[in-house]
Amino acid sequence: MIEFQKAAVQAGEFVLKNVSLRIEQGEYGVLMGPTGCGKTTLLEAAVGLRAVSSGRVLAGGVDVTRLKPSARQIGYVPQDGVLFTSMTVAEHLAFPLRIRRMEKAEIQRRVNELADLLGIRGLLDRRPRGLSGGERQRTALGRALSFRPKALLLDEPLSALDEETRERMYNVLKRAQKAEQASVLHVTHSSGEAAALADRMFHLKNGKAAEVE
Amino acid sequence: MMGGLRRGADIPFFAVFIALSGAYALLIAAMLAADLSFASASDLLKAFQSREIRYSIALSLVSCTVSALLSMLAAVPAGYLLSRFQFRGKRLAEGLFDIPIALPPLVVGISLLILFQTPPGDFLEKIAAGAARYTGFNALMRWIGAPEVKGVAYETPAVVLAQFTVAAAFAVRAMRVSFDQIDPRQEQVALTLGCGRGQAFFRVALPQARPGLLTAFTLAWARSMGEFGPVLILAGATRMKTEVLPTTVFLELSVGNLEAAVSVSFVMIAAAFLALWLARSIGQAHD
Repeated sequence: MIEFQKAAVQAGEFVLKNVSLRIEQGEYGVLMGPTGCGKTTLLEAAVGLRAVSSGRVLAGGVDVTRLKPSARQIGYVPQDGVLFTSMTVAEHLAFPLRIRRMEKAEIQRRVNELADLLGIRGLLDRRPRGLSGGERQRTALGRALSFRPKALLLDEPLSALDEETRERMYNVLKRAQKAEQASVLHVTHSSGEAAALADRMFHLKNGKAAEVE
Repeated sequence: MMGGLRRGADIPFFAVFIALSGAYALLIAAMLAADLSFASASDLLKAFQSREIRYSIALSLVSCTVSALLSMLAAVPAGYLLSRFQFRGKRLAEGLFDIPIALPPLVVGISLLILFQTPPGDFLEKIAAGAARYTGFNALMRWIGAPEVKGVAYETPAVVLAQFTVAAAFAVRAMRVSFDQIDPRQEQVALTLGCGRGQAFFRVALPQARPGLLTAFTLAWARSMGEFGPVLILAGATRMKTEVLPTTVFLELSVGNLEAAVSVSFVMIAAAFLALWLARSIGQAHD
């Protein structure tokens, strides 16, 4: 699960105050809101790239508010994926596992499993430069899922994709979430994405989050 | 319609821009051509036969490589910190790293010399002498027929220190620009994937900075090769001891031996071209 309890985050010009929302284990939550309302800021605070000034953030039942990003065990897919230019697709999937000093054979098994799940088996030796938008997002998703995070945060993962690719990515996201039993918080400004994916929907407005029934 | 959209209206633009840049290119080419027409092969051979000049070539190559490596040791962390973090005193730090570039080389030399007259400088002298003696460095020097190190000022370490002081500032600039061009979000993502700061740097940022590392190293090496003022002041111009190629040119010129001066200049031109060529070809191989 992932939960914000009255979290406040300050980021340059605007302030998020009293943000509370909760997504249960295995649920797909979508957070909607207009561009510039602080959606990205909220996700950055959850993964530890920004300080939470008051309130708490919980992932898998653990209070992670004061933990370092590396200790939070939260998968994060930033806008545009932000792949590592010097690594192949396979190296992206293996990277978090190598950092965790997992055994080689086990890493290999996990890389293959993710590649099949996300449909990127044929791309494992490629570098980001030659990948399409959808392929990049699949790779970024696999990298974030590889270490079986307690929660998965997606920042506008589909906004840069064309209509057809986006439709196909709905299935990829749903399938991946089911297979990994992950709690997902997906941020978007598109109501179409929300309708297609959400178990639970929230709206971020004027610095506060409200659940949409 | 407004006037001025004539065909051929761009011709004056290109004519002026090509003429101005071409004039500078011509100056560089003419300079090299003049060198070529002046020195003969026999002059070059004579220069190479001189034991002093061979020593100066060797010392130049070794000292430049050592100071370029030391420059990288300072420039990689400094460039990364300046590129990635906001901290109190950052502007001051940026200014400090620019001082060796802005200061006249002679002033850098004098300042270093004065530093070695102070108690901390004296302490460094003793450390250098002790290290050279007890690490076997002086034994190695004796074995290859090079002078032993008995301190810093007027000894071979002074050559490296004078070169490093200026070259490192250029390397810091190059590394900062190189890190500025790498998206810092990549390291942030690495942090969320389980990396500490060090792992994010060594596994994500540094591999991408490879072309920048090469540029900074080449720049530092070439600067060191040409460094004259600070070397002359801090290390002196003792033949078979602290004489490097720019010193040789100066010494030969001061006794009116223009042929030898030009011949030695050729060695430096060749070294510069070789460095540029190596940097480019290694850079392309990694693309």
